[in-house]
Amino acid sequence: MSVAFRRLCLLSPALLVILLLVGVPLCLMAWVSLLDKGGSAGVDWSSAPSAANYVRLVWEEDFDGTMILNTGYLLIFLRSVALAAVTTVLSLALGLPVALWMASLSRTGRDVMLLLITIPFWTNLLVRNYAWLIILREDGWVSQFVNMLSPWPVQLLYNDAAVAIGLTYSFLPFTILPLYTVFEKFDWRLLEAAHDLGATRRRALRRVVLPIATPGIVAGALLVFIPCLGAFVTPALLGGGKTLMLGNIIQMQFGASRNWPFGATLAVVLLAIMLVVMTAMALWRNRRTA
Amino acid sequence: MSPRRFPFTRETALLVLAYLYVPVAVLIVYSFNANRTATVWTHASVDWYGRILVNPSIQAAAWNSLVIAVCAATAATVLALLAALATRRAFLGRGASEAVLNMPLILPEIVVAVATLILFVSLGVKLGLGAMVAAHTAFCIPFAYLPIRARLEGISGTYEEAAHDLYANRVRTFRRVTMPLLWPGVMAGFTLAFVTSLDDFLTSFFLAGPGMTTLPVYIFSAIRAGISPEINAISAVMLVVSVLLVSLSFFLGRLRR
Repeated sequence: MSVAFRRLCLLSPALLVILLLVGVPLCLMAWVSLLDKGGSAGVDWSSAPSAANYVRLVWEEDFDGTMILNTGYLLIFLRSVALAAVTTVLSLALGLPVALWMASLSRTGRDVMLLLITIPFWTNLLVRNYAWLIILREDGWVSQFVNMLSPWPVQLLYNDAAVAIGLTYSFLPFTILPLYTVFEKFDWRLLEAAHDLGATRRRALRRVVLPIATPGIVAGALLVFIPCLGAFVTPALLGGGKTLMLGNIIQMQFGASRNWPFGATLAVVLLAIMLVVMTAMALWRNRRTA
Repeated sequence: MSPRRFPFTRETALLVLAYLYVPVAVLIVYSFNANRTATVWTHASVDWYGRILVNPSIQAAAWNSLVIAVCAATAATVLALLAALATRRAFLGRGASEAVLNMPLILPEIVVAVATLILFVSLGVKLGLGAMVAAHTAFCIPFAYLPIRARLEGISGTYEEAAHDLYANRVRTFRRVTMPLLWPGVMAGFTLAFVTSLDDFLTSFFLAGPGMTTLPVYIFSAIRAGISPEINAISAVMLVVSVLLVSLSFFLGRLRR
């Protein structure tokens, strides 16, 4: 047995499983997004492929057959992108100082912090968002306290802010870890040099720390933005059916609405947005480093 | 100047730790609340833990979760171990292979979940336990692969060369030299894959089919029906199980080579 053949035998089972259970389904989904709904499984397999589902995202047929603009889906897309962007910025703003601080700790301190930051990632997302449901709910003490101070009644749950809090809570560790890996290897004498050359702390942060942190910032931003865009649990629990995101309307098409082709269309669009953002980030980083 | 010199980094870090852990602590504290309404604190009690233990639908859901996690994590670990051994040394296509292996980490889970649902239904595969095990295996592979790969990178090839020089054949070298050194990595990978499968909600939610639940799917529908002390208790149990397993995996990953 040659080395190459043995390698192929070892590698192919894992690759096949992923290609068959992730790659093939994605291709099939892209095909289904071109079909009509119908049949028992929600897809009319014999229908001719067309872009009708994609047209439906923006245009709606009126009763008399004219096409009118339908902003419903566009708004949900915009809200998803905006919430994902806000979460990314919040996570970076909180993650950068934490990563800087972690890099200044002793070896044991770093290990402990690393474990503390990683643990939430491995605990159940559903359960962690449920914890916020308990904290923010109407008869909870946080809500009572806020309402005591506020001159008008405030509802903490079921709005964009609650979803943003929940999303940041869910994905914040994803910015801390890549930033920490950058700062861990950072030669802090560069900062001394900047200081000796008369740079203020703010200037040193902007001209020395941030450029070096760029790969960490890009990686962290992607790691937060992408899962946020496809978030389902957080808006379902903390948005309470009022603050919908892309994930929720995709689920609806496969649930109550039983329009699988349209659900597939929404999922393809989600993937497309994700690809655009990833490419933009990669291009931006290349331009920065070039 | 050290990073210590930047103002407010320590304060922000402590604030972030509070942000991450206070909600979890609140949840656990409330799971010991005797009051039915789950909002008013009366006195401490473990009643709800007793209730969830004897609730047959929770038992069934927990059993399903366990079966899926054991099967999916075992399959994923075996596949990931083989793949890690294959990608140990550089070759043409290693980058591409690793990109495929890590694909489930990058793609939004809801997209993969609905795509898998479409595939299974179009092929006439029955939804339920088997469908969930298959889908979980696929997304658990990278979680098992990464720790095994990391451990393998730290093992110098000289041990295997020595075994080879002492006339051990390939199988014997693998069994007596590589595997004992690699073992903590394999266990760490299995544990992470197990936790990932146990905690998964979205994929199971779409592939469970009628009449089948896992623990997270049960919790989701229970939350939809309203906050209750039982949910607090199951959630607390799930949190503690995950934390214990991840700490175990972290410890295994740091075992001396």
